[in-house]
Amino acid sequence: MRRLAFILPVLAFLGIAGVLAFGLGRDPKILPSMLIGKPLPAFDLPDVRAGSGGKGLASRDFRGEPMLLNVFASWCVSCRVEHPFLMRLAREGAVPLHGLNWKDKGDAGARWLTQFGDPFDRVGYDPTGRTGVDLGVTGAPETFVIDAKGVVRYRHVGPVTPEVWTSKLEPLLRRLRAEP
Amino acid sequence: MRLLLLVLALLFAAGPALAVLPEEQLPDPAMEARARKLSKELRCVVCQNQTIDDSDAPLAADLRAILRERIKAGDTDAQARAYLVDRYGDFVLLKPPMTPATLLLWFGPALALALGGFGVWRYWRGRAAPAAPEPLDEAERARLAALLSEADKP
Repeated sequence: MRRLAFILPVLAFLGIAGVLAFGLGRDPKILPSMLIGKPLPAFDLPDVRAGSGGKGLASRDFRGEPMLLNVFASWCVSCRVEHPFLMRLAREGAVPLHGLNWKDKGDAGARWLTQFGDPFDRVGYDPTGRTGVDLGVTGAPETFVIDAKGVVRYRHVGPVTPEVWTSKLEPLLRRLRAEP
Repeated sequence: MRLLLLVLALLFAAGPALAVLPEEQLPDPAMEARARKLSKELRCVVCQNQTIDDSDAPLAADLRAILRERIKAGDTDAQARAYLVDRYGDFVLLKPPMTPATLLLWFGPALALALGGFGVWRYWRGRAAPAAPEPLDEAERARLAALLSEADKP
């Protein structure tokens, strides 16, 4: 009993230290997505290049094979960071990649794509940010992995880097392609 | 004079409005009051320790507008709140709901107090009841008497 009185505080300390150490490695700014395992919320957006006759982007476009949905904006610095890598994915034809131009004014998003290059198959224009809110977007860039049935399987917050691609997105896409 | 009072009243009315812009507000004061109260209970997902009522972040302004839209569309407070929780999770509620995951959050302090109280109780009980000395037996009493009588001698 006396020994317990000495061991208990040590155990309590180790427990608290463990929880805090775990918390140190997590970014509290990244919120868990509510959409994982749920179908993509319905949307039907016009093309980012108004009047270009572009197809725009709708939630029903995410069918048939796993795809990525990248939320970007011209005012978003991290989007510039990930942009060359998205261009590389598009060149290699690694995965169908769609874009959501989130909370951009006027043709800012279209001009951004003209200036730096357009890695997307389709780009939807969401100036009010409502589709972004339906997706639970907390900031740009965010990238969603959507499976062949249109169900959201993963959300990555922040720029897609080669490390994120090789460690998270590519293995997940490979698994999803193998699903019946 | 009446004009002055009006100006003063408007000034005081404008005081509490921090981030909420005049053009965001609903024309119906009762609905606006509900929206203000709700937005004070909801967390901004960009600057996470501010309410969406206080935050200047563009996304917070969007969420305020959505909240007012829902209220205008006839949502109850709970429905309007649920609309945002469906999209951003329980995290947007500044007062977390009681779920299995938050039990420790809600009852952790009481648990710590109870454990600490138990420890203190044990400690004091151990100290307050020192073991009662055993009565002296025959031989000890005789020796004590001998020693005392010896001490009395000069």
